[in-house]
Amino acid sequence: MVVIGAIASAIGIALALWINWFPADAAKQAHPVDTLYDVLMIVSIPIFVLVVTVILYSVWAFRMRPGQELEDGPPIHGNTRLEVFWTAIPAILLVSLCSYAYAVLNDIETKHANELVVKVHAIQFAWSFEYPQSGGRAVVSDQLYLPKDKPVRFDIDTRDVLHDFWVPAFRVKIDAVPGMTTRLRVTPTKLGTFPVVCAELCGLGHAVMRSTAHVLTPAAFTRWLAAKQAPPAAAGGGAGGTRQLSQQQLIALGRQTFTGDGGCGACHTLADAGTSGTTGPDLGRVLRGQSEDEIRTDIVDPNARITPGYAANIMPPNFEQTLSAQQLDGLVAYLATVSK
Amino acid sequence: MTAKLRAPGWYRAGLFTLTGIAFAYVLVGIVRSAMHFPHAWDDGDAVTIVSLVAAPLFFLVGLGCFDYWFYWVSGRPTRPEDHSSHGATSWKDYFRVNTDHKVIGIQYVCTSFFFLFVGGLVAMLMRAELAQPGMQFVNSEQFNGLFSVHAALLIFLFVIPVFAGLANFVLPLMIGAPDMAFPRLNALSFWMLPLAGLLMVGSFLAPGGSFATGWTAYAPLSTQMPIGQLFFTIGVQFAGASSIATALNFLVTIITMRAPGMSFFRMPLLVWANFSTSLLVVIATPFVAASQFFVLLDRALGFQFFDAFVGAGKDGSVLMYQHVFWFYSHPAVYIMMLPGFGIISEVLSVKARKPIFGYRMMAFSLIAIVVLGFTVWAHHMFVSGMQSWIRIPMMITTAIIAVPTGIKIFSWLATLWRGVLHLDTPMLFALGFLTTFTLGGISGVMLAMIPFDIHVSDTYFIVAHIHYVLFGGSLFTIFAGVYYWFPKMTGRMYDERLGKLHFWATFIFFNLTFAPMHVIGVQGMPRRVADYAQQFAGMNLAISIASFLLGLSMLVFLYNVVVSWRLGPRASANPWRALTLEWQVSSPPPIFNFDAVPTVVGGPYEYGIPGAVHGIFQSPAEAKPTPAGSVATSPTTE
Repeated sequence: MVVIGAIASAIGIALALWINWFPADAAKQAHPVDTLYDVLMIVSIPIFVLVVTVILYSVWAFRMRPGQELEDGPPIHGNTRLEVFWTAIPAILLVSLCSYAYAVLNDIETKHANELVVKVHAIQFAWSFEYPQSGGRAVVSDQLYLPKDKPVRFDIDTRDVLHDFWVPAFRVKIDAVPGMTTRLRVTPTKLGTFPVVCAELCGLGHAVMRSTAHVLTPAAFTRWLAAKQAPPAAAGGGAGGTRQLSQQQLIALGRQTFTGDGGCGACHTLADAGTSGTTGPDLGRVLRGQSEDEIRTDIVDPNARITPGYAANIMPPNFEQTLSAQQLDGLVAYLATVSK
Repeated sequence: MTAKLRAPGWYRAGLFTLTGIAFAYVLVGIVRSAMHFPHAWDDGDAVTIVSLVAAPLFFLVGLGCFDYWFYWVSGRPTRPEDHSSHGATSWKDYFRVNTDHKVIGIQYVCTSFFFLFVGGLVAMLMRAELAQPGMQFVNSEQFNGLFSVHAALLIFLFVIPVFAGLANFVLPLMIGAPDMAFPRLNALSFWMLPLAGLLMVGSFLAPGGSFATGWTAYAPLSTQMPIGQLFFTIGVQFAGASSIATALNFLVTIITMRAPGMSFFRMPLLVWANFSTSLLVVIATPFVAASQFFVLLDRALGFQFFDAFVGAGKDGSVLMYQHVFWFYSHPAVYIMMLPGFGIISEVLSVKARKPIFGYRMMAFSLIAIVVLGFTVWAHHMFVSGMQSWIRIPMMITTAIIAVPTGIKIFSWLATLWRGVLHLDTPMLFALGFLTTFTLGGISGVMLAMIPFDIHVSDTYFIVAHIHYVLFGGSLFTIFAGVYYWFPKMTGRMYDERLGKLHFWATFIFFNLTFAPMHVIGVQGMPRRVADYAQQFAGMNLAISIASFLLGLSMLVFLYNVVVSWRLGPRASANPWRALTLEWQVSSPPPIFNFDAVPTVVGGPYEYGIPGAVHGIFQSPAEAKPTPAGSVATSPTTE
């Protein structure tokens, strides 16, 4: 039985280590977590195999055979040494695992000097990422851009309910809590794009509250930041200064707001913007023939008119506060244009 | 007709329910007029909220749950307790207020299994939606409602009450008592339960859809939801009150009504398990009631407990909800598991024909779990943004609570060793439980490790873990218990062949459904999503197919119990040759359980010792006088 158990454990461990459990590892934090998982597997599998082997062996060796219907087993009431053994050994094992996990935790939460600070704002049902610039206007993006090998600190907040900022490839997550700023530290180590998801149920659009993290080379990141800082006209959009925009620029800004800061596309389908959210109505359909004023009311006071088949209190009522006046103008101009 | 409306029963209950709604309407109207609020007499939201509280209470009064107490309080002569309501002569008796613990036990079990099937069907709707990425059958509002109702029903209307039901039937018999300590309270506890279930299922009819914030109902999302949310908030109050009253009843029954000679260390482990569970319920359940009262006050009256953006100081605390909620809801997982441990101890000992290995350690480990169970709640909040040092002690206590659980697993294995194993349906479910629960326990220890938990929190890994402990754990023990006591409860034998088919189908498809969820969870699929990334499509399709087959396997069980209950062969008093007291009386037991008060002379599991007995029966003449208040103990007053 011991031999069978040892062989089964060895096969089990080999299988567990061979299976590719985790998504891509794209941060310094990933490797210690993955190793912890492997260690947990190596410890757990023999315990599970032990339990199953004893059960299967008992079923095979001690099952009732014909003629034994009225027989009983031996009256064994216990064995103190055995009981002390299976109390003490698991306790020691568990405390050692806790110590190891504590070391890993310290490792992945280490603070670094010169961290890049990214403010993460969560809203039902979109993410926006703000890069504070010393002496300038902060850069805001609806997708996350990070330089490779630079320690990053995320300061996470929310404007409505609980959300949870999670990049599975980084292995770490934390809730966005109303009234608090929570922190998360990550050092990206791999170039590429990785999914960003919301992991805390936040309402109807929870499933589609996703974004993308782009890990760039430091040079590419600097270029991206510079481009975002440039005036909106030059960058072909963006939430730039206060000067008057032409109608064309306004529409471009509106389109960018629709998929970006506004996060409208997470819930609304709009063919022109290429979005396919189903939480709210299809705007290409319901806005047809609406005036600019009506569209503006729909955005800033969403409960004023509810499309039949949809519930009130689902769309955030605070877009007048969360978007700039110009973004709002742009959004109205854009929606009025595409729904003509 | 007037007589029918005056006598306790369904007609009066219907009338009183309508009165309750009218009362709510008038109360809201008067209060709103007095406060000069707009829409004083036509605020549907406010009337609904007050009705949700008032209508069930009026229903209970109408049904007759409070009659005795009202007569007593008002000084009118109470009807003498002639036990005419004991026992059930037809199926209709199960739909009346009945104070017989055996009737109440069956009422509990049948009601909870009804909600198991409702909850299971809801789960299959979810799996149909999740079979493919994108949205097919339901919209995201309905989907959020489905998983919320699924969890709420199966936790509050199935696992917790079905254990209370099994224990209601079996426990007084096991300790040699004629009934529970407070039979009228027992009846009231039961009748609150279907009301809680109706509120939760009925929420689908509410404007704006059913409650859709998960069974955790995290604020501030839950305080901003349409009216359906309050069907949960208030439903939980009824389920919780039912649970607390039953737990008090069990505690008093166990402490005061044991047969002569039954010391604590001669109690069967099922009694120990329900003793520990009741301690947990009495201490912890008020906390979930509180958390939902906070939500009710926030949602209905704008108290701003959890609103961090509005109010004078903007100082609502979102994390406080989670702390209060989990201070109940972590002990709740032991409330949902300890009675199952008790069932497994009974089944394994009898079916292996051996005494339980390490009886005292088994009892002490239950108490250790009760104590430790209150020290681990914040491990549900490792990513909640709470003060970070709290995570470390919570990790250590969470890991340590695996030690008493491990003691139980190893003792059960040692009980099997060198026994004579009868591999029938209850035993198969018990052995199946040992394997699946070990897996669930191991993933639980993994989740205690903070860095790993940070990665898999709120993913399908959690879904897999809770189903391994609640389905592979609790539900398997429930099936073991239902098959084991089926002859005692119904007086009939179930079909062994169908029972084994049910076990194998359930065991295989359970593992095929929930094991792959570990993998997609670690790979990064969040839970509670109606739509998911393309990379998880294959696994989800496989899970959905397995889950439908799992659902089908439940039909085998349903067919088996329904047909066996009607047509199965008559069961003998003690088909399993067990020693505990419930098997020493006829199947089903006589109306007052024991014709003679049993005297306990030894341990409950002395298998293998020739001639050993647990209890002996004296003649009625020698029976000792019974404690005051329990009139029903005298078997001659029938």
